[in-house]
Amino acid sequence: MPKIKIDPEKCKGCGLCVLYCQKGCIKQSKLLNKKGAYPVEIIEKDGCTGCSFCAIICPDLCITVYK
Amino acid sequence: MAKKVLMCGNEALAEAAIIAGCRFYAGYPITPQNEIPAYMSKRMLEAGGVFLQSESELAAINMVFGSSLTGARAMTSSSSPGISLKQEGISYLAACELPAVIVNIMRGGPGLGNIAPSQSDYFQAVKGGGHGDYHQIVIAPASVQEMADLTMLSFDLADKYRMPVMILGDGILGQMMEPVEFSLQPSAFSLQPKDWILDGCKGRKPRVIKSLILNETELENFNLKLQKRYREIKDKEQRCEVLYGEDSEIMLVAYGTTSRVARSVVEKLRKIGKKIGIIRPITLWPFPERTFKKLEKSVKSFLVVEMSCGQMIEDVKLAIDCAKPVHFYGRTGGKIPDEDEIIKELDAISGFSDRRSDRG
Amino acid sequence: MDKIFEKPESIRDKETHYCPGCGHGIVHRVICEVVDDLGIREKLIGIAPVGCAVIAYDYWDFDVTEAAHGRVPAVATGIKRSLPDRIVFGYQGDGDLGAIGTAEIIHAANRGENITIIFVNNTVYGMTGGQMAPTTLIKQKTATTPSGREQKTHGFPLKVCELLSVLPGVAYAERVSVHNPQNVLKAKKAIKKAFENQIKGLGFSIVEVLSPCPTYLGLSSKDAVKWVGEELVKEYPLGVFR
Repeated sequence: MPKIKIDPEKCKGCGLCVLYCQKGCIKQSKLLNKKGAYPVEIIEKDGCTGCSFCAIICPDLCITVYK
Repeated sequence: MAKKVLMCGNEALAEAAIIAGCRFYAGYPITPQNEIPAYMSKRMLEAGGVFLQSESELAAINMVFGSSLTGARAMTSSSSPGISLKQEGISYLAACELPAVIVNIMRGGPGLGNIAPSQSDYFQAVKGGGHGDYHQIVIAPASVQEMADLTMLSFDLADKYRMPVMILGDGILGQMMEPVEFSLQPSAFSLQPKDWILDGCKGRKPRVIKSLILNETELENFNLKLQKRYREIKDKEQRCEVLYGEDSEIMLVAYGTTSRVARSVVEKLRKIGKKIGIIRPITLWPFPERTFKKLEKSVKSFLVVEMSCGQMIEDVKLAIDCAKPVHFYGRTGGKIPDEDEIIKELDAISGFSDRRSDRG
Repeated sequence: MDKIFEKPESIRDKETHYCPGCGHGIVHRVICEVVDDLGIREKLIGIAPVGCAVIAYDYWDFDVTEAAHGRVPAVATGIKRSLPDRIVFGYQGDGDLGAIGTAEIIHAANRGENITIIFVNNTVYGMTGGQMAPTTLIKQKTATTPSGREQKTHGFPLKVCELLSVLPGVAYAERVSVHNPQNVLKAKKAIKKAFENQIKGLGFSIVEVLSPCPTYLGLSSKDAVKWVGEELVKEYPLGVFR
């Protein structure tokens, strides 16, 4: 099953991955990270298809994709 | 002994650059230095180097920047208005510690001025010219032979201290023809590998050549490092020629073309027993302060002769802490001081010649 | 389980200074992916511009220099002519390339310099505080066009790819966008081609990348990519121009 790993401390919370995840697997966290951003987090690990759109659009190299 | 050939100063300079190992030239046409790019366009290709006529002086100096950071010996040339345009790039070369040789065959200014010889870019050359606390070494040849020899020296100094070097000539030096001998061999410096260049990071860590230093402490430290190097250069690289330093009561001070006129004044007056000599700075930066300090006690006064409204005179006064009177005679707008004018000025200062009555 | 997407080798594992949702991070990474794919990291010399991307060398793990504002193509020319077997690319923003460095880009292109230029067009000066760029759209509000850019006062948005496409020295000019993943993949393809052209010695290649600047567009990250995808592409159509 494909999965992604998000680095919550690197994430600036732009949310572009949330916008482009076709399966709705990512959401913005309600908790701030150390830099004061709301990082994204995985909500539905099982839905991930490994399409990598989230990682491709991420400007900050926060996402690694496994398949 | 090498064969003497008859050449104009601009061509002699260009040939010497080739001998010194210069393999990159970029420039933009402007009178009176056009013989340099014209010569380079042919010779550089024979030498296996790069000749580029750029779209502007700005582009030319930045092409030199690019070439220099790969380790090549690179040069550009221009004349006063074009040199103003190059100041941006010269500041960046200084900041990035990149060697380069920049030739300024000065013409009359300000603005477009004219194409006649001038020395009115002295301030711009020796005080910085561009933005920031930096210096360039400034070399002032006074003959076609020196246009060649000092060009070779300029490349060595640029590499040795990793900084821009300016050769400051004028329309006369650039265009007059004199016999010249290319006897100098490229120095050891031209062969030394450079361990700071960018040529792809194969087998080593990547390098960065840049001038942006946002942290105040780092930028201050960098400036202090540059200043330390400048002090070393002031200590080691002052060059000048002195004639009749032992017994002169009055010293002419002149560089480049005006030094040739001043020198013949000295020889003329010496023949009638006058105690006069000349200091001819060869490095304008670093200014040959030590020589002035040494002569300051025995010389009663100095007369600075320039093709400007008085620029180098400030450095002469600084060099001797205004300990003796420093007089000035200059012509501007492309006019060249002649011998009689200088002698008249000497008369006015001290009744120096026997022709005082001539002045009416 | 295999990693199918990870940080390219040529990019350092370092947090960037860019604002959230800024396109520069994407373009930096895509360049590094291409550099890795083509195996050119050790013969590469990059040139950072003046502007937001000035410290790109903090992120790129290969030889990089930094040019004076607008002079990237001239510096690239000096490097490439001195080391013709190395790969040289310049990274420029819209102010750098389209305003202060217009002469340099046109003449490098016209000489057919065998270099690659990545031109990031986000329609504003980011580093200096969101002033009007040559590529700012008509009616777009910036720090120096508070009521929106007016053609009468500030002229028209500058179309760099169209302008360069008429020059015979240009081997390749394409405009791409990074406003969604599909277009990021297309941008990568274009950037790869621009480097391949240089490897093959075909001459000057430029890829213009439409990129979001949420901060100075005054939009959220999501609205900024939407604006690029819906509005900006109308003025700057994507595609190959030469």
